[in-house]
Amino acid sequence: MLKPGEFYQRDREWHPPAYDPNYKTSVARSPRQALISLENTVSEITGPVFGHGDIDAGDNDLIYNYAKPGESAIGERIILHGRVLDENGRPLPHTLVEIWQANAGGRYRHKKDTYLAPIDPNFGGCGRTLTDENGYYYFRTVKPGAYPWRNWVNNWRPAHIHMSIFGTAFAQRLITQCYFEGDPLIAKCPIVNTIPDPAAIDRLIAPLDLNATIPLDTIAYKFDVVLRGRRSTLFENRLEGN
Amino acid sequence: MPQSLDYLKETPSQTAGPYVHIGLAPGAAGFDIYGQELGWDIAGPNAQGERIRVEGLVIDGTGSPVKDVLLEAWQANAAGIYAHPEHAGAVEDGFRGWGRVITDFATGEWGFDTVKPGSVPGRNGTVQAPHINLWIVARGINVGLNTRLYFEDEAEANAADPVINMIEWENRRQTLIARRNETDGKVVYRFDIRLQGENETVFFDI
Ligand SMILES: [Fe+2]
Repeated sequence: MLKPGEFYQRDREWHPPAYDPNYKTSVARSPRQALISLENTVSEITGPVFGHGDIDAGDNDLIYNYAKPGESAIGERIILHGRVLDENGRPLPHTLVEIWQANAGGRYRHKKDTYLAPIDPNFGGCGRTLTDENGYYYFRTVKPGAYPWRNWVNNWRPAHIHMSIFGTAFAQRLITQCYFEGDPLIAKCPIVNTIPDPAAIDRLIAPLDLNATIPLDTIAYKFDVVLRGRRSTLFENRLEGN
Repeated sequence: MPQSLDYLKETPSQTAGPYVHIGLAPGAAGFDIYGQELGWDIAGPNAQGERIRVEGLVIDGTGSPVKDVLLEAWQANAAGIYAHPEHAGAVEDGFRGWGRVITDFATGEWGFDTVKPGSVPGRNGTVQAPHINLWIVARGINVGLNTRLYFEDEAEANAADPVINMIEWENRRQTLIARRNETDGKVVYRFDIRLQGENETVFFDI
Protein backbone atom coordinates (compact mmCIF):
# COMPACT_ATOMS: atom_id res chain seq x y z
CA MET A 1 0.00 0.00 0.00
CA LEU A 2 1.27 3.46 -0.92
CA LYS A 3 1.94 5.67 2.04
CA PRO A 4 2.76 9.36 2.04
CA GLY A 5 6.39 9.97 2.89
CA GLU A 6 8.83 12.83 2.90
CA PHE A 7 8.21 16.11 1.17
CA TYR A 8 10.23 16.87 -1.90
CA GLN A 9 13.15 19.08 -1.06
CA ARG A 10 12.47 22.77 -1.42
CA ASP A 11 14.18 24.25 -4.49
CA ARG A 12 16.22 27.03 -2.92
CA GLU A 13 17.31 28.35 -6.32
CA TRP A 14 13.68 28.92 -7.25
CA HIS A 15 12.86 30.80 -4.06
CA PRO A 16 14.47 34.16 -3.34
CA PRO A 17 17.78 34.05 -1.47
CA ALA A 18 17.76 35.38 2.09
CA TYR A 19 20.20 38.16 1.21
CA ASP A 20 19.49 40.62 -1.58
CA PRO A 21 21.12 44.06 -1.30
CA ASN A 22 18.50 45.62 -3.58
CA TYR A 23 15.89 44.78 -0.96
CA LYS A 24 17.69 46.62 1.80
CA THR A 25 15.77 45.27 4.78
CA SER A 26 17.00 41.79 3.93
CA VAL A 27 20.62 42.81 4.47
CA ALA A 28 20.60 42.71 8.29
CA ARG A 29 17.85 40.09 8.52
CA SER A 30 19.40 37.34 6.42
CA PRO A 31 21.27 34.46 8.03
CA ARG A 32 24.85 34.21 6.82
CA GLN A 33 25.34 30.57 7.78
CA ALA A 34 24.04 27.83 5.55
CA LEU A 35 20.70 26.29 6.48
CA ILE A 36 21.02 22.86 8.08
CA SER A 37 19.21 20.37 5.86
CA LEU A 38 16.85 18.22 7.85
CA GLU A 39 15.28 15.01 6.65
CA ASN A 40 11.58 15.06 7.52
CA THR A 41 10.44 13.71 10.85
CA VAL A 42 7.00 13.67 12.38
CA SER A 43 7.63 17.27 13.47
CA GLU A 44 7.74 18.41 9.85
CA ILE A 45 5.12 16.17 8.20
CA THR A 46 2.44 17.23 10.64
CA GLY A 47 0.91 20.68 11.02
CA PRO A 48 -2.12 22.50 12.38
CA VAL A 49 -5.59 21.50 11.26
CA PHE A 50 -8.30 24.12 10.79
CA GLY A 51 -12.03 23.76 10.44
CA HIS A 52 -15.12 25.81 9.80
CA GLY A 53 -15.35 26.47 13.52
CA ASP A 54 -12.22 28.60 13.24
CA ILE A 55 -13.58 31.12 10.76
CA ASP A 56 -16.86 32.77 9.76
CA ALA A 57 -18.66 32.45 6.44
CA GLY A 58 -18.23 36.10 5.46
CA ASP A 59 -14.51 36.26 6.24
CA ASN A 60 -13.63 35.87 2.54
CA ASP A 61 -15.61 38.93 1.40
CA LEU A 62 -13.37 41.96 1.93
CA ILE A 63 -15.85 44.30 0.25
CA TYR A 64 -18.27 43.76 3.12
CA ASN A 65 -16.42 42.13 6.05
CA TYR A 66 -15.49 45.49 7.56
CA ALA A 67 -18.15 47.70 5.99
CA LYS A 68 -20.91 49.45 7.87
CA PRO A 69 -24.38 48.03 7.22
CA GLY A 70 -25.54 49.11 3.76
CA GLU A 71 -22.10 50.33 2.71
CA SER A 72 -19.15 48.70 0.97
CA ALA A 73 -15.46 49.19 0.26
CA ILE A 74 -14.46 51.63 -2.47
CA GLY A 75 -12.50 50.41 -5.48
CA GLU A 76 -12.47 48.12 -8.46
CA ARG A 77 -14.48 45.07 -7.43
CA ILE A 78 -12.57 41.86 -8.04
CA ILE A 79 -12.83 38.14 -7.41
CA LEU A 80 -9.53 36.46 -6.59
CA HIS A 81 -9.91 32.75 -6.97
CA GLY A 82 -7.97 29.60 -7.73
CA ARG A 83 -6.83 26.29 -6.37
CA VAL A 84 -4.27 25.16 -3.86
CA LEU A 85 -2.39 22.16 -5.25
CA ASP A 86 0.73 20.25 -4.32
CA GLU A 87 3.69 19.61 -6.59
CA ASN A 88 2.09 16.34 -7.67
CA GLY A 89 -0.87 18.33 -8.99
CA ARG A 90 -3.19 17.06 -6.28
CA PRO A 91 -5.66 19.54 -4.78
CA LEU A 92 -5.29 20.39 -1.10
CA PRO A 93 -8.77 20.41 0.43
CA HIS A 94 -9.80 22.22 3.61
CA THR A 95 -6.59 24.19 3.92
CA LEU A 96 -6.50 27.67 5.40
CA VAL A 97 -5.79 30.61 3.09
CA GLU A 98 -5.40 34.08 4.63
CA ILE A 99 -4.90 37.30 2.69
CA TRP A 100 -4.16 40.94 3.45
CA GLN A 101 -3.80 43.99 1.26
CA ALA A 102 -3.85 47.77 0.92
CA ASN A 103 -7.08 49.50 -0.03
CA ALA A 104 -7.81 50.82 -3.53
CA GLY A 105 -5.70 53.90 -2.82
CA GLY A 106 -2.67 51.90 -1.70
CA ARG A 107 -3.14 52.54 2.04
CA TYR A 108 -3.03 49.84 4.69
CA ARG A 109 -5.19 49.83 7.78
CA HIS A 110 -2.19 49.57 10.08
CA LYS A 111 -0.89 51.86 12.76
CA LYS A 112 2.54 51.82 11.12
CA ASP A 113 1.31 52.91 7.67
CA THR A 114 1.53 56.69 7.24
CA TYR A 115 1.09 56.96 3.47
CA LEU A 116 -0.98 60.04 2.60
CA ALA A 117 -3.63 58.10 0.68
CA PRO A 118 -6.80 57.91 2.80
CA ILE A 119 -8.10 55.03 4.87
CA ASP A 120 -11.35 53.64 3.50
CA PRO A 121 -13.71 53.50 6.50
CA ASN A 122 -15.42 50.47 4.99
CA PHE A 123 -12.33 48.43 4.22
CA GLY A 124 -10.35 46.36 6.72
CA GLY A 125 -8.00 44.68 4.30
CA CYS A 126 -7.91 41.06 5.43
CA GLY A 127 -9.77 37.88 4.63
CA ARG A 128 -9.53 34.15 5.17
CA THR A 129 -11.15 30.99 3.91
CA LEU A 130 -10.74 27.23 3.72
CA THR A 131 -10.34 25.53 0.36
CA ASP A 132 -13.23 23.24 -0.58
CA GLU A 133 -12.89 19.50 -1.22
CA ASN A 134 -11.34 20.28 -4.65
CA GLY A 135 -8.75 22.66 -3.25
CA TYR A 136 -10.70 25.64 -4.60
CA TYR A 137 -10.88 29.02 -2.85
CA TYR A 138 -12.25 32.45 -3.64
CA PHE A 139 -12.25 35.93 -2.20
CA ARG A 140 -14.20 39.02 -3.15
CA THR A 141 -12.30 42.24 -2.61
CA VAL A 142 -11.21 45.48 -4.27
CA LYS A 143 -8.07 45.70 -6.34
CA PRO A 144 -5.35 47.18 -4.15
CA GLY A 145 -3.53 50.33 -5.20
CA ALA A 146 0.21 50.68 -5.75
CA TYR A 147 2.06 52.40 -2.93
CA PRO A 148 5.49 53.93 -2.31
CA TRP A 149 7.93 52.41 0.16
CA ARG A 150 11.29 53.32 1.57
CA ASN A 151 14.04 51.34 -0.09
CA TRP A 152 15.75 53.36 -2.77
CA VAL A 153 14.39 56.91 -2.91
CA ASN A 154 11.66 56.16 -5.42
CA ASN A 155 10.31 52.62 -5.12
CA TRP A 156 6.66 51.67 -5.64
CA ARG A 157 5.12 48.34 -4.90
CA PRO A 158 3.02 46.94 -7.71
CA ALA A 159 -0.59 46.20 -6.75
CA HIS A 160 -0.43 43.01 -4.71
CA ILE A 161 -2.28 40.82 -2.26
CA HIS A 162 -0.31 39.04 0.47
CA MET A 163 -1.25 35.40 0.93
CA SER A 164 -0.55 32.88 3.69
CA ILE A 165 -1.21 29.16 3.06
CA PHE A 166 -0.86 26.16 5.37
CA GLY A 167 -1.28 22.82 3.59
CA THR A 168 -1.25 19.75 5.82
CA ALA A 169 2.29 19.97 7.19
CA PHE A 170 4.55 22.51 8.85
CA ALA A 171 7.00 21.77 6.01
CA GLN A 172 4.53 23.27 3.53
CA ARG A 173 4.00 26.59 5.30
CA LEU A 174 4.22 29.45 2.82
CA ILE A 175 3.68 33.18 2.56
CA THR A 176 3.75 34.84 -0.83
CA GLN A 177 2.31 37.76 -2.78
CA CYS A 178 -0.07 37.80 -5.73
CA TYR A 179 0.43 40.40 -8.47
CA PHE A 180 -1.87 41.35 -11.34
CA GLU A 181 -1.33 40.80 -15.04
CA GLY A 182 -0.22 43.87 -16.97
CA ASP A 183 1.17 45.93 -14.10
CA PRO A 184 4.33 47.78 -15.26
CA LEU A 185 5.55 48.10 -11.66
CA ILE A 186 6.09 44.33 -11.32
CA ALA A 187 9.30 44.36 -13.35
CA LYS A 188 10.65 47.31 -11.36
CA CYS A 189 9.99 46.02 -7.85
CA PRO A 190 13.03 45.05 -5.74
CA ILE A 191 10.90 42.65 -3.68
CA VAL A 192 9.58 40.87 -6.77
CA ASN A 193 13.12 40.80 -8.12
CA THR A 194 14.49 38.99 -5.10
CA ILE A 195 13.24 35.98 -7.09
CA PRO A 196 16.03 35.15 -9.52
CA ASP A 197 14.15 33.17 -12.17
CA PRO A 198 11.71 35.11 -14.40
CA ALA A 199 9.66 31.93 -14.79
CA ALA A 200 9.19 31.87 -11.02
CA ILE A 201 8.09 35.51 -10.99
CA ASP A 202 5.48 34.71 -13.64
CA ARG A 203 4.00 32.21 -11.22
CA LEU A 204 3.06 35.09 -8.91
CA ILE A 205 1.14 37.04 -11.56
CA ALA A 206 -2.59 36.41 -11.61
CA PRO A 207 -4.11 36.59 -15.10
CA LEU A 208 -7.36 38.32 -15.83
CA ASP A 209 -10.02 35.60 -15.88
CA LEU A 210 -12.89 36.92 -17.98
CA ASN A 211 -14.76 33.63 -17.75
CA ALA A 212 -15.05 34.04 -14.00
CA THR A 213 -16.11 37.67 -14.02
CA ILE A 214 -19.65 38.49 -13.06
CA PRO A 215 -20.98 40.65 -15.93
CA LEU A 216 -21.83 44.22 -14.90
CA ASP A 217 -20.63 43.45 -11.38
CA THR A 218 -17.13 42.08 -10.60
CA ILE A 219 -13.97 41.36 -12.59
CA ALA A 220 -11.95 38.22 -11.82
CA TYR A 221 -8.31 37.18 -11.50
CA LYS A 222 -7.10 33.59 -11.15
CA PHE A 223 -4.32 32.66 -8.77
CA ASP A 224 -3.30 29.06 -8.23
CA VAL A 225 -0.94 28.20 -5.40
CA VAL A 226 1.35 25.18 -5.35
CA LEU A 227 2.68 23.83 -2.06
CA ARG A 228 5.37 21.22 -1.66
CA GLY A 229 4.46 17.70 -2.71
CA ARG A 230 5.59 14.48 -1.10
CA ARG A 231 6.71 11.13 -2.24
CA SER A 232 4.60 8.04 -1.96
CA THR A 233 6.49 5.00 -0.93
CA LEU A 234 5.81 1.35 -1.45
CA PHE A 235 8.13 0.64 1.40
CA GLU A 236 7.63 0.80 5.07
CA ASN A 237 7.18 4.38 6.20
CA ARG A 238 10.03 4.79 8.64
CA LEU A 239 9.62 8.47 9.37
CA GLU A 240 8.42 7.59 12.82
CA GLY A 241 10.75 4.66 13.11
CA ASN A 242 8.10 2.09 13.94
CA MET B 1 13.67 14.58 -25.93
CA PRO B 2 12.64 12.32 -23.07
CA GLN B 3 9.12 12.52 -21.72
CA SER B 4 8.53 15.46 -19.45
CA LEU B 5 7.91 15.00 -15.76
CA ASP B 6 4.59 16.52 -14.87
CA TYR B 7 5.43 17.87 -11.44
CA LEU B 8 4.43 21.42 -10.63
CA LYS B 9 6.87 23.86 -9.07
CA GLU B 10 6.20 25.21 -5.60
CA THR B 11 4.89 28.78 -5.57
CA PRO B 12 7.85 31.06 -4.79
CA SER B 13 7.93 32.71 -1.39
CA GLN B 14 7.77 36.46 -0.85
CA THR B 15 8.38 38.44 2.31
CA ALA B 16 5.47 38.82 4.72
CA GLY B 17 6.23 42.55 4.74
CA PRO B 18 5.67 45.10 7.50
CA TYR B 19 1.89 44.75 7.55
CA VAL B 20 1.65 41.00 8.17
CA HIS B 21 -0.41 41.81 11.27
CA ILE B 22 -3.34 42.96 9.16
CA GLY B 23 -3.75 39.50 7.75
CA LEU B 24 -2.64 37.28 10.59
CA ALA B 25 -3.13 39.36 13.74
CA PRO B 26 -5.45 42.26 12.85
CA GLY B 27 -5.99 43.24 16.48
CA ALA B 28 -2.30 44.15 16.64
CA ALA B 29 -2.61 46.20 13.46
CA GLY B 30 -5.21 48.26 15.31
CA PHE B 31 -8.62 46.93 14.34
CA ASP B 32 -11.11 44.29 15.29
CA ILE B 33 -12.61 42.35 12.41
CA TYR B 34 -12.82 38.61 13.05
CA GLY B 35 -15.04 36.75 15.45
CA GLN B 36 -11.92 34.93 16.58
CA GLU B 37 -8.28 35.48 15.69
CA LEU B 38 -6.21 32.36 15.19
CA GLY B 39 -3.21 31.12 17.11
CA TRP B 40 -3.98 32.12 20.70
CA ASP B 41 -5.01 28.62 21.86
CA ILE B 42 -1.89 26.50 21.50
CA ALA B 43 -2.64 24.73 24.78
CA GLY B 44 -6.02 25.37 26.37
CA PRO B 45 -6.81 25.05 30.09
CA ASN B 46 -7.45 21.34 29.70
CA ALA B 47 -4.06 20.57 28.15
CA GLN B 48 -1.93 18.24 30.26
CA GLY B 49 1.64 18.76 31.36
CA GLU B 50 3.88 21.38 32.83
CA ARG B 51 2.70 24.95 32.21
CA ILE B 52 5.47 27.05 30.76
CA ARG B 53 6.02 30.41 29.15
CA VAL B 54 8.38 30.82 26.22
CA GLU B 55 9.73 34.24 25.38
CA GLY B 56 12.52 36.07 23.67
CA LEU B 57 13.71 38.57 21.13
CA VAL B 58 14.51 38.29 17.47
CA ILE B 59 17.77 40.16 16.90
CA ASP B 60 19.11 41.32 13.54
CA GLY B 61 22.67 41.49 12.26
CA THR B 62 23.21 44.94 13.78
CA GLY B 63 22.26 43.65 17.24
CA SER B 64 18.88 45.41 17.22
CA PRO B 65 15.63 43.73 18.18
CA VAL B 66 13.32 43.16 15.22
CA LYS B 67 9.93 44.65 16.05
CA ASP B 68 7.75 43.44 13.21
CA VAL B 69 8.18 39.67 13.35
CA LEU B 70 5.45 37.07 13.35
CA LEU B 71 6.29 33.64 14.77
CA GLU B 72 4.35 30.43 14.56
CA ALA B 73 4.95 27.53 16.91
CA TRP B 74 4.14 23.86 16.32
CA GLN B 75 4.62 21.34 19.08
CA ALA B 76 3.56 17.95 20.42
CA ASN B 77 1.64 17.59 23.66
CA ALA B 78 3.21 16.49 26.94
CA ALA B 79 2.89 12.86 25.85
CA GLY B 80 4.77 13.55 22.61
CA ILE B 81 1.78 13.43 20.26
CA TYR B 82 1.07 16.02 17.56
CA ALA B 83 -2.56 17.04 17.03
CA HIS B 84 -2.57 15.72 13.48
CA PRO B 85 -4.13 12.66 11.81
CA GLU B 86 -0.76 11.34 10.64
CA HIS B 87 0.58 11.01 14.14
CA ALA B 88 -0.79 7.86 15.77
CA GLY B 89 -2.61 8.60 18.99
CA ALA B 90 -5.04 11.23 20.14
CA VAL B 91 -4.34 14.43 22.00
CA GLU B 92 -6.50 15.68 24.85
CA ASP B 93 -9.35 18.10 24.10
CA GLY B 94 -8.08 21.63 24.22
CA PHE B 95 -4.58 20.84 23.07
CA ARG B 96 -3.92 22.29 19.63
CA GLY B 97 -0.17 22.55 19.48
CA TRP B 98 -0.14 25.50 17.10
CA GLY B 99 0.32 29.09 18.11
CA ARG B 100 0.96 32.43 16.51
CA VAL B 101 2.58 35.41 18.18
CA ILE B 102 3.98 38.78 17.17
CA THR B 103 6.80 40.84 18.56
CA ASP B 104 5.95 43.96 20.55
CA PHE B 105 6.13 47.09 18.36
CA ALA B 106 8.09 49.00 21.02
CA THR B 107 10.41 46.39 22.52
CA GLY B 108 10.53 43.45 20.10
CA GLU B 109 9.69 41.01 22.90
CA TRP B 110 7.51 38.02 22.04
CA GLY B 111 6.13 35.29 24.26
CA PHE B 112 3.41 32.70 24.64
CA ASP B 113 2.08 30.35 27.28
CA THR B 114 1.90 26.66 26.54
CA VAL B 115 2.72 23.26 27.99
CA LYS B 116 6.10 21.63 27.73
CA PRO B 117 6.08 19.04 24.93
CA GLY B 118 7.22 15.45 25.37
CA SER B 119 9.79 13.56 23.34
CA VAL B 120 8.64 12.54 19.87
CA PRO B 121 9.78 9.74 17.57
CA GLY B 122 12.66 10.43 15.23
CA ARG B 123 13.66 8.64 12.06
CA ASN B 124 14.74 5.02 12.09
CA GLY B 125 13.83 4.27 15.67
CA THR B 126 15.52 7.27 17.24
CA VAL B 127 13.93 9.60 19.77
CA GLN B 128 13.83 13.36 19.42
CA ALA B 129 14.23 15.45 22.55
CA PRO B 130 11.27 17.67 23.49
CA HIS B 131 11.19 20.66 21.17
CA ILE B 132 8.98 23.37 19.72
CA ASN B 133 9.17 23.99 15.99
CA LEU B 134 9.26 27.68 15.10
CA TRP B 135 8.61 29.49 11.84
CA ILE B 136 9.64 33.13 11.58
CA VAL B 137 8.47 35.67 9.02
CA ALA B 138 8.94 39.43 8.77
CA ARG B 139 9.74 42.28 6.47
CA GLY B 140 13.17 41.55 5.04
CA ILE B 141 12.84 37.77 5.43
CA ASN B 142 12.29 36.42 1.93
CA VAL B 143 11.53 32.83 2.88
CA GLY B 144 10.16 31.96 6.32
CA LEU B 145 12.90 30.70 8.65
CA ASN B 146 12.54 27.37 10.45
CA THR B 147 14.23 26.66 13.73
CA ARG B 148 13.67 24.53 16.82
CA LEU B 149 13.55 25.41 20.48
CA TYR B 150 14.94 22.76 22.85
CA PHE B 151 14.92 22.88 26.66
CA GLU B 152 17.93 23.48 28.90
CA ASP B 153 16.72 21.04 31.55
CA GLU B 154 16.56 18.14 29.04
CA ALA B 155 20.33 17.82 28.79
CA GLU B 156 20.32 14.05 28.51
CA ALA B 157 17.66 13.95 25.81
CA ASN B 158 19.29 16.84 23.98
CA ALA B 159 22.61 15.03 23.95
CA ALA B 160 20.94 12.10 22.17
CA ASP B 161 18.79 14.17 19.83
CA PRO B 162 19.46 13.23 16.20
CA VAL B 163 18.75 16.71 14.88
CA ILE B 164 20.99 18.54 17.34
CA ASN B 165 23.70 16.00 16.68
CA MET B 166 23.50 16.58 12.96
CA ILE B 167 24.78 20.12 13.45
CA GLU B 168 28.44 19.74 12.64
CA TRP B 169 29.56 22.79 14.61
CA GLU B 170 29.08 21.85 18.24
CA ASN B 171 29.39 25.47 19.36
CA ARG B 172 26.30 26.37 17.32
CA ARG B 173 24.08 23.78 18.98
CA GLN B 174 23.54 25.93 22.05
CA THR B 175 21.69 28.51 19.90
CA LEU B 176 18.74 26.08 19.98
CA ILE B 177 18.61 25.66 23.77
CA ALA B 178 16.13 27.80 25.70
CA ARG B 179 17.27 28.87 29.19
CA ARG B 180 14.97 27.96 32.06
CA ASN B 181 14.08 30.49 34.75
CA GLU B 182 11.66 30.06 37.60
CA THR B 183 10.22 33.12 39.26
CA ASP B 184 7.30 33.01 41.70
CA GLY B 185 6.66 29.42 40.68
CA LYS B 186 6.24 30.37 37.03
CA VAL B 187 8.49 28.61 34.54
CA VAL B 188 9.81 30.83 31.77
CA TYR B 189 12.10 29.69 28.99
CA ARG B 190 14.16 32.38 27.33
CA PHE B 191 14.88 31.90 23.64
CA ASP B 192 16.51 34.77 21.75
CA ILE B 193 16.80 34.25 18.02
CA ARG B 194 19.78 35.82 16.24
CA LEU B 195 19.15 36.20 12.55
CA GLN B 196 22.73 37.00 11.66
CA GLY B 197 26.24 37.45 13.02
CA GLU B 198 27.80 36.25 16.24
CA ASN B 199 25.92 33.27 17.71
CA GLU B 200 23.60 33.20 14.71
CA THR B 201 20.74 30.82 15.46
CA VAL B 202 20.74 27.55 13.56
CA PHE B 203 18.04 27.59 10.91
CA PHE B 204 16.88 24.50 9.11
CA ASP B 205 15.88 23.65 5.60
CA ILE B 206 13.08 21.26 6.42
FE1 LIG C 1 2.19 44.96 0.85
